[in-house]
Amino acid sequence: MTQETAMLRVQRGGPDNEPTFDEFAVPYREGMSVLDALIWVRANTDSSLAIRYSCTNANTCKECMVKVDGKTVYACTARLGREPVTVGPLTNKRLLRDLVTDIVPPKEKLSLLLGRE
Amino acid sequence: MAAEVSTDVLVVGAGGAGMYAAISAARNGADVVLVDKSLISRGGATIMAQMTVAAAVGEQEPDHWTHHLRDTLEAGRGLCNEELAAVLCEEAPVRIREMEEWKVGWAREGNHLKQVMAPGHQVERCVYVDFLNTGPAVAKTLRTQLGRADNLRRAGELTVTDIIVDGDQVVGAVGLDVETGEPVRIEANAVILAAGGLTRLYQRNSASVNMGGDSYALALRAGAELIDMEFVQFFPIGHLAPRMVGMDPIMWDPFRYKLGGRLLNADGKEFVQNYGHAETTDKYTAPRDVVSFAILQEVAAGRGSPAGGAFLSFKHIPEDELRSAFGPVIDRLAENGIDLRERSVEVAPIAHYHMGGIRVNTRMETQVSGLYAAGEAVGGANGANRLSGNAISEAFVFGERAGRFAAGAAAGRDREWSDAAAESAVERIRASRDISATDYGPSLAGLLVDLQEIMWRDVGLLRTEGGLAAALRRIREMRREIGDRPSESDHRFALSMQDWFDLWNGLLAAETIVLGAIKRTESRGAHQRDDFPRTDPGQAQNLITRLEGDALCVETTALVKNPIAVEPLEANR
Repeated sequence: MTQETAMLRVQRGGPDNEPTFDEFAVPYREGMSVLDALIWVRANTDSSLAIRYSCTNANTCKECMVKVDGKTVYACTARLGREPVTVGPLTNKRLLRDLVTDIVPPKEKLSLLLGRE
Repeated sequence: MAAEVSTDVLVVGAGGAGMYAAISAARNGADVVLVDKSLISRGGATIMAQMTVAAAVGEQEPDHWTHHLRDTLEAGRGLCNEELAAVLCEEAPVRIREMEEWKVGWAREGNHLKQVMAPGHQVERCVYVDFLNTGPAVAKTLRTQLGRADNLRRAGELTVTDIIVDGDQVVGAVGLDVETGEPVRIEANAVILAAGGLTRLYQRNSASVNMGGDSYALALRAGAELIDMEFVQFFPIGHLAPRMVGMDPIMWDPFRYKLGGRLLNADGKEFVQNYGHAETTDKYTAPRDVVSFAILQEVAAGRGSPAGGAFLSFKHIPEDELRSAFGPVIDRLAENGIDLRERSVEVAPIAHYHMGGIRVNTRMETQVSGLYAAGEAVGGANGANRLSGNAISEAFVFGERAGRFAAGAAAGRDREWSDAAAESAVERIRASRDISATDYGPSLAGLLVDLQEIMWRDVGLLRTEGGLAAALRRIREMRREIGDRPSESDHRFALSMQDWFDLWNGLLAAETIVLGAIKRTESRGAHQRDDFPRTDPGQAQNLITRLEGDALCVETTALVKNPIAVEPLEANR
């Protein structure tokens, strides 16, 4: 690993399969967040990676919660170091795909509006 | 075949304007559905607002809405729709009081609302919720009211992709169910577009991820017109360096109101006063377009900060004053390694707000029957440059009005869904089922980054004919490259499909800015042409954009004037 690269090991897959892990190398910038790295991956390496975020930087939307090395964090405030990290979805919520879990409040689910529940 | 969802009023976008519109439509008797491509009340601009809300409530000192109007029109550099601006200023105090009744928690001082000065205002007019909490408190308050409303259903993760118009009447919308990748048909007598602005199209922005011009593209494709799309507001002192996480980049402004932080160039000198507007440490009043321009010129002259901006310094402020003004924010800054007693931060302009938008009358009606707009999606009220504090006010005022008038129009009408009118929109989503990963072209998420770079470089703060022409060529190429339907598909949590719709909308919205910027051969407010540095009184007119077939057409139209005398100041304490 060179000094300018950060490594992420990211859990992939949906609820019906055993999870797999992909490794991504990301250009490292001082002070960058885990979310910065995941957004970079979608734009430059693998656009099929599913992540959920909205405000990107302000930590107001509270949508980007994931597990980093097993610890629950907001991806937008978790700083990336030069050591490799493992990123996975929340484990107490229904997994949709990759890092995205179902955090939609019950009364705001589309499936409810559509009469599917 | 019947639509999956049927309602009187559909509201697209669940930020401040959309939530207010939904509450208002419901209390005026309509059955309402509120949807957002993100989650309800978490996306959009409102929740990001750390700043103040302008309204002439006259509690801090005597004020009158006609004075707020005068300041709004002056900031707008002659281009405001004066009818919309008057409605905004007259009704803002009513909405501020209503939010107070809903317990938003505006900051108070003694027995009155605390109101502060902000750039471009002539009295202390702006209310706020303390310690950078205005936006989150507003979002939470409106969300609570949503839960209390009758006949109001709401759903996140539904990306509206088309407004469906049958003949000349809105009959509903089609959207993408993000979780399943399937189309959803929503029958509605009226649709309110409240999906915000387009600042995400710029590399440096203070936007939520869902603010990429959806409102404008949806309106254009439905047959509505846009106005003054060339005016993108750049917030002058967005955070630039050092890298800061967990804080909104526009956070510094309220502390300048409170403390008078000093804006300095690389020589350690204040400079804004050299660009035609006196600004001193304790009177922080220079309008945003002037400050943005001043920073840009200092950088161009080689007097910028190392990261390419200006220094903002609070070092002259005693520690106890810093602590009392910043409160818990001091600790969040410390986590980012920033001690304001020891160091300056670097700031630079950042895309923040869109003055242009959907052309409406004061009932918030577009020219398409049944189609309304609210909030930042609306164009015209703020002219060429928005007065600070007017964004949340307009979210409230225009949201309330759009909901009320849409409910009135929807009442007593039969719903008339048309599968024929919706067919192409439904097929556009269904077609993606047949795409496999091996068919993917260039990364759509990557193309969006390219677009952001083009917009920042060539359609940003300082524009030239050559740069605009190059941007137009590239944007049109990209429109052809992405085709007319999604080129990536992920079926479950359909982010790649959403990327395609983001680009489809974003490229169209971007082109409207470029075309307006080419046509306006002068500098005025937020639109600065390096090759036409002066304001041309002959161009005191609005630019209207419409979609004809696949082609965007831009033409001039006369200003909407509405002379109102400035009334005496009144105290309300």
